[in-house]
Amino acid sequence: MNYIFYILITISIIAGVVNGKLPDVVNAILTGAELSVKVAFSLIGIMAFWLGMMKIAKKCGLIKIIAKIIKPITKRLFNEIPEDSPAIGDIAMSFSANALGLANAATPIGIKAMEELQKQNIDKKSASNAMCMFLAMSTAGFQLIPATVISVLISIGYKNPTEIIAPTLLVTTIAFLSAITIAKIFQKIWAPQKETIYNNEKYNQGGEI
Amino acid sequence: MFHQIMNIISLWTLPLILILILTLGLVKKVPLYEVFTDGAKEGFKVAVNIIPYLVAIIVGISMFRASGIIEAIGQLLTPLLSHFNVSADVIPIMIVRSLSGSAALGVFSDIAHNSGPDAYTTKLAAVMVGSSETTFYILAVYFGAVGISKFRYALIAGLLADFIGIVAAILVCNYMF
Repeated sequence: MNYIFYILITISIIAGVVNGKLPDVVNAILTGAELSVKVAFSLIGIMAFWLGMMKIAKKCGLIKIIAKIIKPITKRLFNEIPEDSPAIGDIAMSFSANALGLANAATPIGIKAMEELQKQNIDKKSASNAMCMFLAMSTAGFQLIPATVISVLISIGYKNPTEIIAPTLLVTTIAFLSAITIAKIFQKIWAPQKETIYNNEKYNQGGEI
Repeated sequence: MFHQIMNIISLWTLPLILILILTLGLVKKVPLYEVFTDGAKEGFKVAVNIIPYLVAIIVGISMFRASGIIEAIGQLLTPLLSHFNVSADVIPIMIVRSLSGSAALGVFSDIAHNSGPDAYTTKLAAVMVGSSETTFYILAVYFGAVGISKFRYALIAGLLADFIGIVAAILVCNYMF
């Protein structure tokens, strides 16, 4: 990420000079920073709502039921986390929300799942294999009905907007399965995480690993 | 007909989920209000936690988009992609959809309005936008919320899958439309 951050900013400045758009690039710093805070703040309310709902769903055992149903799949995908981990249920909920097109719910629930995965992570600064798998699956954005796109198509007078559902579903499935496969391959070839001193100390004090 | 069924589904999914959660909670004697507010407390903290990560990634991407480099890459790719029935209009979507969801949707709206409902370009753009999530945004938000700064292979895996999605969209649309 250090390189990506460096390259993103340096190349933008160089390209800005070459294209004569340097003022735009400099302005983008301010608008980008403002946008970040706007995005974060716009999440507060909906995040609070879904985290509250998720807590009820957890307390009444709904998440456990869902986790049990999809256990055969998650056991293989997330082989490094315990089968009865609460993360499994959250991951399942996050995907249901994504698949049903509830984008507002998917982000808070996805974050909740990440927090559960973080509890089992041996190095709190770097992403565990389970986290990388979950992220790759989330970024593939599996969705049954592309509602936003369809609404744009309707607005321009597209006669049969539902005809794009089948190809979109096919493409998103291909991307989703590729993401899982790629994450699995990287899991084998990428350098494994090292347990950090920070975590070891915590462990020695009898704290949570 | 199919269209109406879909509308009903998308309208009713959320309310039904809420009723399911709350009813099950009531049956199991969960103190609903107490547990809800207790869980909701986290919302503010999480949102504030992700700000530094969002600033790093969104500022970087905003600068990148303002620099005109996406148009330059688009011009480079145009001759190659015209072999596959991909018009120059769609190329910005291919680049931007991993970076910014709102930008991709904006470009898609432009294409839809300019090319019209019958154009192949509109259909291809629709499939490309509809089949993807904004990789960089998800990365910043999900990892930012738990303080992960070393992504290991997560970003590469996400971008590779995005690339496969683009290729699949071109092939599928060529075949179906």
